[in-house]
Amino acid sequence: MSVRHQRDENPAGIHLPLDPLPGHTSRGRLERVLRRGEFAVTTELNPPDSADPEDVYNRAKIFDGWVDAINAVDASGANCHMSSVGICALLTRMGYAPIMQIACRDKNRIAIQGDVLGGAAMGVANMLCLTGDGVQAGDQPGAKPVFDLDSMSLLETIRIMRDNGKFLSGRKLTTPPQVFLGCAVNPFAPPYDFRPIHLGKKIAAGAQFAQTQYCFDVPMFKAFMQKARDLGHTEKLFLLCGVGPLASAKTAKWIRSNVPGIHIPDAVIKRLEGAQDQKKEGKQLCIDIINEVKEIPGVAGVHVMAYRQEEYVAEIVDESGVLKGRQPWKREIRRDDQIVAERLDHILHDEITETQVDMVKTAH
Amino acid sequence: MSEQQPTVTQATLVKKAAPKSDYKPADVSPQRRVQRTFAVRLWSIRHSRLLEWFYGRFADAFLLLHPLWKGIGYSRVEAPVKFIEKRVKGFMFDCRMCGQCVLSSTGMSCPMNCPKQLRNGPCGGVRANGNCEVEPDMPCVWVKAWEGSRNMVHGDKILTVQKPVDQSLRETSAWLRVTAQAAAAREAQNPQNTGASA
Repeated sequence: MSVRHQRDENPAGIHLPLDPLPGHTSRGRLERVLRRGEFAVTTELNPPDSADPEDVYNRAKIFDGWVDAINAVDASGANCHMSSVGICALLTRMGYAPIMQIACRDKNRIAIQGDVLGGAAMGVANMLCLTGDGVQAGDQPGAKPVFDLDSMSLLETIRIMRDNGKFLSGRKLTTPPQVFLGCAVNPFAPPYDFRPIHLGKKIAAGAQFAQTQYCFDVPMFKAFMQKARDLGHTEKLFLLCGVGPLASAKTAKWIRSNVPGIHIPDAVIKRLEGAQDQKKEGKQLCIDIINEVKEIPGVAGVHVMAYRQEEYVAEIVDESGVLKGRQPWKREIRRDDQIVAERLDHILHDEITETQVDMVKTAH
Repeated sequence: MSEQQPTVTQATLVKKAAPKSDYKPADVSPQRRVQRTFAVRLWSIRHSRLLEWFYGRFADAFLLLHPLWKGIGYSRVEAPVKFIEKRVKGFMFDCRMCGQCVLSSTGMSCPMNCPKQLRNGPCGGVRANGNCEVEPDMPCVWVKAWEGSRNMVHGDKILTVQKPVDQSLRETSAWLRVTAQAAAAREAQNPQNTGASA
């Protein structure tokens, strides 16, 4: 009996890494999608403030069939949440393709290199190297900021671990981590003319894909992409544009003045203020921006960040039509699991105590 | 837009949460308590080209004195050289004595003054007015570094990827280290010279 498998799925089990392909550095789904030239969609999981794995599974479930990878954030905004390593451990068990974010704020090089090995061993195929927000931005401003590495030296460290099979110290690894390396880019913060060059530096350090900060200013993003293309960056790296719905004009104003690095032009706030249903307009604005950025040459996908509006991710992806009918990997009950469930489901409900003698009788 | 940015620092939050007492520390971040103005540092960045030229001559002079340092013993000259280096660079660049100076690659803007101590470029949190995310009234070290590097002859050294800071080299003399390394490199290039002098 043959069992139907989805594309980019290990037939021996959804939690297992995929077969290695030539030219691929990881055994994950995201790299396959991007290298095939398909328009990729990634999103961010709102990390729970709990120790219940179900919270992670439920939050991941709403993205099923709509995204190619899920970012497991590492205490974003310097606020305490479940760790990215923990979220990745849970997600990989269920076959999802997480992007493990690593922020330099909380861990030194000893802890980070250990986490890279641990993450890779659990099947994490994608890692995103970040500097991290300052501790003053979060709920624990009295914490000690570490910043032992920066995003660039972190990229280089993991690249050395992967390609040279060595720790930073030069000590050998018996099995190097096979990962697809990412970085963040913010084209919307000064120094504007340095940003594309800075991205080139990240590519030199090892970045293979990049996710941008929220894009609300498409002309500014276009100018950035023009420079990035001129420098040849888009041939060496897959760039995913960050987008997201704004809940209201009030939220937009709050974000603009309180969240560092997010640039929201006045026109966007005016458009939201003028709308009857601001939440709906925020979603529509996000779809409009996706439709504009997907046409820009060099944009390999979108990264939909819908903080506390995760339920809209599917609608946004659907209505913008970026997947062009393609369905990303979806967690579903496999045929063989289903057969086992049908045959043995009764043991969960019926109270039968079988003796060995009975079992032998029924077997014949 | 910059006017709208509230200047909420770590100290403000700590102060708000703290129980009332007669002692109210200044409402600034701990970094600001150590150091109050940036005027000299910003002057150095504006004159990065001049300083680059001067630094080049200075490094050559130090290298010429290599036999002297070696004669006295690098370990013995370290204390006085470090004393001067710390004060001169501290005044000019707000140096933090990381011991592995990269000023010539960062537009004469010391990257250790960045609250995140980034040595490879700005973070994504730079404010629209070019100020720091963590210290709202301090110009971003990397915005300044980029400006400074554009004035320099070898400004494109800003593109090299810097290694992580070796914390074990803190509070040591970068001048002596660079000189000893340059001398070693020179000797490796002309081994016969070394043979003659030895």
